[in-house]
Amino acid sequence: MVRFIALLVGLAFAGVLALALFGTVSGLITDPPAATAEHEFHKHPKELALASDGPFGKFDNRQVQRGLQVYKEVCAACHSLRLVAFRDLKEIGYSDAQVKAFAASYDNIPSINPDTGEVATRKGLASDRFPSPFPNDIAARAANNNALPPDLSLMTKARHDGAAYLYSLLTGYQNQPAELIKHFPDSKTPAGLHYNPYFANLNIAMPPPLTTEGQVTYLDGTKPTVDQMAKDVSAFLVWTAEPKLQARHGAGFATVLFLLIFSFLAYGAYRNVWRNMKH
Amino acid sequence: MSFPWAKQYQPQNSLMKWVDERLPVPRLVYNAVGAGYPVPRNLNYFWNFGVLAGAALGIQIITGIVLAMHYAANGAIAFDSVEHIMRDVNAGWLLRYAHANGASMFFIVVYLHIFRGLYYGSYKAPREMVWLLGVVIFLLMMATAFMGYVLPWGQMSFWGAQVITGFFSAIPGVGETIRVWLLGGYAPDDAALNRFFSLHYLLPFVIAGVIILHIWALHIPGSNNPTGVEVKGEQDTVPFHPYYTAKDGFGLGIFLIVFAVLLFFYPNYLGHPDNYIPANPLSTPAHIVPEWYFWPFYAILRAFTVDFILPAKLWGVLAMFGSILLLFFLPWLDSSPVRSNNYRPKARIAFWVLVADVLILGYCGGSAADPVYVILSQICGAYYFAHFLIILPMISRSERPTPLPNSITEAVLAKHGGTSPAHTALTPAASS
Repeated sequence: MVRFIALLVGLAFAGVLALALFGTVSGLITDPPAATAEHEFHKHPKELALASDGPFGKFDNRQVQRGLQVYKEVCAACHSLRLVAFRDLKEIGYSDAQVKAFAASYDNIPSINPDTGEVATRKGLASDRFPSPFPNDIAARAANNNALPPDLSLMTKARHDGAAYLYSLLTGYQNQPAELIKHFPDSKTPAGLHYNPYFANLNIAMPPPLTTEGQVTYLDGTKPTVDQMAKDVSAFLVWTAEPKLQARHGAGFATVLFLLIFSFLAYGAYRNVWRNMKH
Repeated sequence: MSFPWAKQYQPQNSLMKWVDERLPVPRLVYNAVGAGYPVPRNLNYFWNFGVLAGAALGIQIITGIVLAMHYAANGAIAFDSVEHIMRDVNAGWLLRYAHANGASMFFIVVYLHIFRGLYYGSYKAPREMVWLLGVVIFLLMMATAFMGYVLPWGQMSFWGAQVITGFFSAIPGVGETIRVWLLGGYAPDDAALNRFFSLHYLLPFVIAGVIILHIWALHIPGSNNPTGVEVKGEQDTVPFHPYYTAKDGFGLGIFLIVFAVLLFFYPNYLGHPDNYIPANPLSTPAHIVPEWYFWPFYAILRAFTVDFILPAKLWGVLAMFGSILLLFFLPWLDSSPVRSNNYRPKARIAFWVLVADVLILGYCGGSAADPVYVILSQICGAYYFAHFLIILPMISRSERPTPLPNSITEAVLAKHGGTSPAHTALTPAASS
């Protein structure tokens, strides 16, 4: 009885799937999916090698510090970094005093006046997080042609290919290819958007942020080319998204080494216990 | 329970004797996973995965309890509380990555455990109850994992919850009412997040309870083995301790190495980037994908694209639940008395086709719903149901199994002495 009912159920599911298969295949033949500009012109990210890559990866603090400078002087005009605190900057090689001074350079930390209870602002403390450029999303949209600049704290973990994507996006702005406009006249980049083949739908609201060499002046004398600035800020955002990466890699090596020794000894114990037992 | 030659617990000192006479917990442990449990001597490495699944559950419960001390189940702060764990809690990143990847490791070992059971016919009489309880554990695991994935309140958390609870709206008539009742609102929000957190904390302990029943039921007939031939005498078995504790110790080492490499070097490899974007009810992700361990079932759900008597969505939901529920009937669908596929030439071929089929379904379930993947899902989905409900019952009637060894010991000695099992099946067992 069980087998008979099972046979009927099996035939029902397999039969409906056969019908569905027929529908999908005939749909594909009669109405083949049209090619889209996104499908034809979207590019995979360029290669980007960073010191933090791979199991041995460590942060290159000088590069991460340069990236912080790019963030502060360029990105921070629109993008928040709300999950990162000033005190975290000690992890990328700044001293206590430098962190305090850096925090104090911000005088727009939202606060309450302790005497009057009115909304106020104060100087930054090491324990504060990076202040956001806009008080809320509505203000951010109002100032950015109705586009919302996303928070950057986790950006390199929140996109496929993380840092490589970011680097490609920052250096990928170009004019729309004539080929695209010829084949997909409807996909012309709308006014107010910018063509970027690394962006999912090819048209991004963010204007090119890094445009000219020397847009920031690096303190360590590195030549601030657009490519260099894009790499540095990508490296910085790898750190903001995964500040414990170095500790994780170090702990990982100790753990795997320990487990290899453990497994080696456990294997010896296993062979020893079973030495007279055929199996 | 167990075999007559099983060793009996002997308290080693007066304290243990005192305990044993009043509450024989040491005796219980001794009989369950000590020298008092005789186990077939020929188990291969596939028999490690039960213990490993237990270890994985233990890791999940311990890391989960500590994570719950720092997590806040409230839509406004859940996402940030997870980032607080990652950034400010001592070793919080270790706890969270261990818990997130521990779920994947749990499913990997459980899938291998199920694979073992299917290949070697461990679901057959007299072990049907072990199998049924195993399927219950699997269902509980899926529910727990789904609710756990909602807790970080990222984009995939939110939209995953939206899609999965949406299944209930496929029920004719009352579906939408049930969905709203389950969620505590029209869309996932604080009410849903709180109840998911509560249940996510509860269910692992329910799983632990069902595992106790699973092991209890296993110990009545004793473990199956690669030949599928029942234990005939004492020479066929070894005591669990030290033989299999030693082997499981080695297996645990390898399991932990794989786990550690994943956790410390590729912690986000199995996750989805969108879950690092805070939940936003107004922005639907381009592709809503569940965690990898649900992909084969997700592919089956999406394969039903045609309204035939019932709406396509209802077919998909029925098929998706049906694809797991049919496992409850497997012991009666496969009527062949031979357990191990080593001796079942036809069933073995069907089995490997099924393995490939499920892997392809998994790949399709993880991909965007392109027509190519939909077509593949439809073909593979149809084979999945056909395998369990049509092909396997038919094979088990018509198939002629190859000769079985007379006993486990005979098979072991044939392996070492070079005598082919086909011959020894007809001749008396070689002396041991």
